[in-house]
Amino acid sequence: MQTAGYFRLEGPYLRLEGQRCDSCGVLQFPPRVTCRVCHGRQLTNQALARTGSVTSFSDVSNPPAGFSSPLIAALVTLDGGIMLACQLTDVDIDQVQIGMPVEMVTRLIAETGPEGCLVYGYKFRPKFV
Amino acid sequence: MRDVYIVGLGLTPVAEHWRSSLRELGALAICAALDDAGLESADSLYVGNMLSGHVSGQQNLGTLLADEVGLLPIEAVKVEAACGSGGAAVRSAALAVAAGASERSIAVGVEKMTDVAADVIAAGLAMASDQDFEASFGLSFVAMAGLLMQRYLYETQRTRADFAPLVVTAHKNAMTTEHAMFRSGITTEQFLRSPMVASPLGVLDAAPVCDGAAAVIVCSKEALQPHHRPIQIAASAVATDTIALSSRRSLTRIEAAETSAAKAYALARLSAKDMHFFEPHDAFTIMTALTLEACGFAQPGNALDMAAAGAFDLDGALPICTLGGLKGRGHPVGASGTYQIVEACMQLRGDAGKNQVPGAKRALVQSIGGHGAVAVTHILQA
Repeated sequence: MQTAGYFRLEGPYLRLEGQRCDSCGVLQFPPRVTCRVCHGRQLTNQALARTGSVTSFSDVSNPPAGFSSPLIAALVTLDGGIMLACQLTDVDIDQVQIGMPVEMVTRLIAETGPEGCLVYGYKFRPKFV
Repeated sequence: MRDVYIVGLGLTPVAEHWRSSLRELGALAICAALDDAGLESADSLYVGNMLSGHVSGQQNLGTLLADEVGLLPIEAVKVEAACGSGGAAVRSAALAVAAGASERSIAVGVEKMTDVAADVIAAGLAMASDQDFEASFGLSFVAMAGLLMQRYLYETQRTRADFAPLVVTAHKNAMTTEHAMFRSGITTEQFLRSPMVASPLGVLDAAPVCDGAAAVIVCSKEALQPHHRPIQIAASAVATDTIALSSRRSLTRIEAAETSAAKAYALARLSAKDMHFFEPHDAFTIMTALTLEACGFAQPGNALDMAAAGAFDLDGALPICTLGGLKGRGHPVGASGTYQIVEACMQLRGDAGKNQVPGAKRALVQSIGGHGAVAVTHILQA
């Protein structure tokens, strides 16, 4: 990822910010120019819940360039209903199951690109209840 | 809108074409299609391609191929809809004729993938998904398919083994297809033993990286000639869904495929029951199952039961992947949608040889970009 692109994404990447639509009140993620539901254009940044559960997961055998094994890809549904794509961390693949409670942590995502930018962002780990 | 007919078909074998470049492959397919139609040129050229900039450092493919084939100063542009580019190029050509802007138009899908290493191709394919919110987090294109497959297995209480009939059928059909990449077939045991790439998705759940080009000539009714064996484009429709998989309303429905198929059925005043075979976008086994359900050929969650019962074999109720599909013929991504259309026309002309679906008169052909982010659906009619 290029430095400028990473700079633009600091809200969602580092603060897990989505948007609340000023017109209809719906929460959405990733951020967009318009509301997905009512097409309203007044949107206010809002931090999302940092806990949720695993909706799907996959053990990726050959991670993309810039990423290392083991890499557990996941779709996590946050408390409140927003789903996002992410990596799971601090967990072995054979412990992961659909429905497992997870919580957000900020981790190094990748060290990529000609600019060597260190990209930090959200990952999710098992939530100890 | 005017009626549109396909009157010329051309393709190259799907393979690792070490000795042929992007431009050569594209030009060979165009020449073959022009020859088949008995034409020397046309009024417009639409090039379907996904990866040329990333893999070959080449864009401006409309002009590149027009120049290579000697069609200058023809109107020519590239059409990109990720893995659905080949189908989108055919639609663009069909629209040009339907609107009266062209009497004859060429659509070619071309992809050159094997000049670069696997991780470069993986990065290119990931451009079909959401770069900022999926690919940048290390989620490859295959990983996203693995996530879809995992959820499908969970919701339908299946195992990966239940997908085997879809793969065995596609590869069996490829054995008797001259232009197919894989001609030796695979067994259920081979499928089950294939290594995982993004669990529960294994190597043999995925279509291969390869090179190839396919082209069609479309024309108006007025431009038909006595020697033509026209296949009518009875419907052409495109629909889109969220770029990020995580924004979908459901992970076990491909709504863009549902919507574009429904549009196509409405345009042609036909239904799923009227189709004699289906060419799905079988880039991954999970996509075959989900699109069979999206297009009305199976009830939600029922595609694998039908596959087990042989419904999708060449002699089944609804043959699919009749010349091998993306899985067996090969998946040169931006060309696959055009291969599907060429192959469906071969069936509808009665030219499919040992793979002929007896009495086939109508077919649904669907080309998909991303994991259901854009779906291009055509109904072809003899």
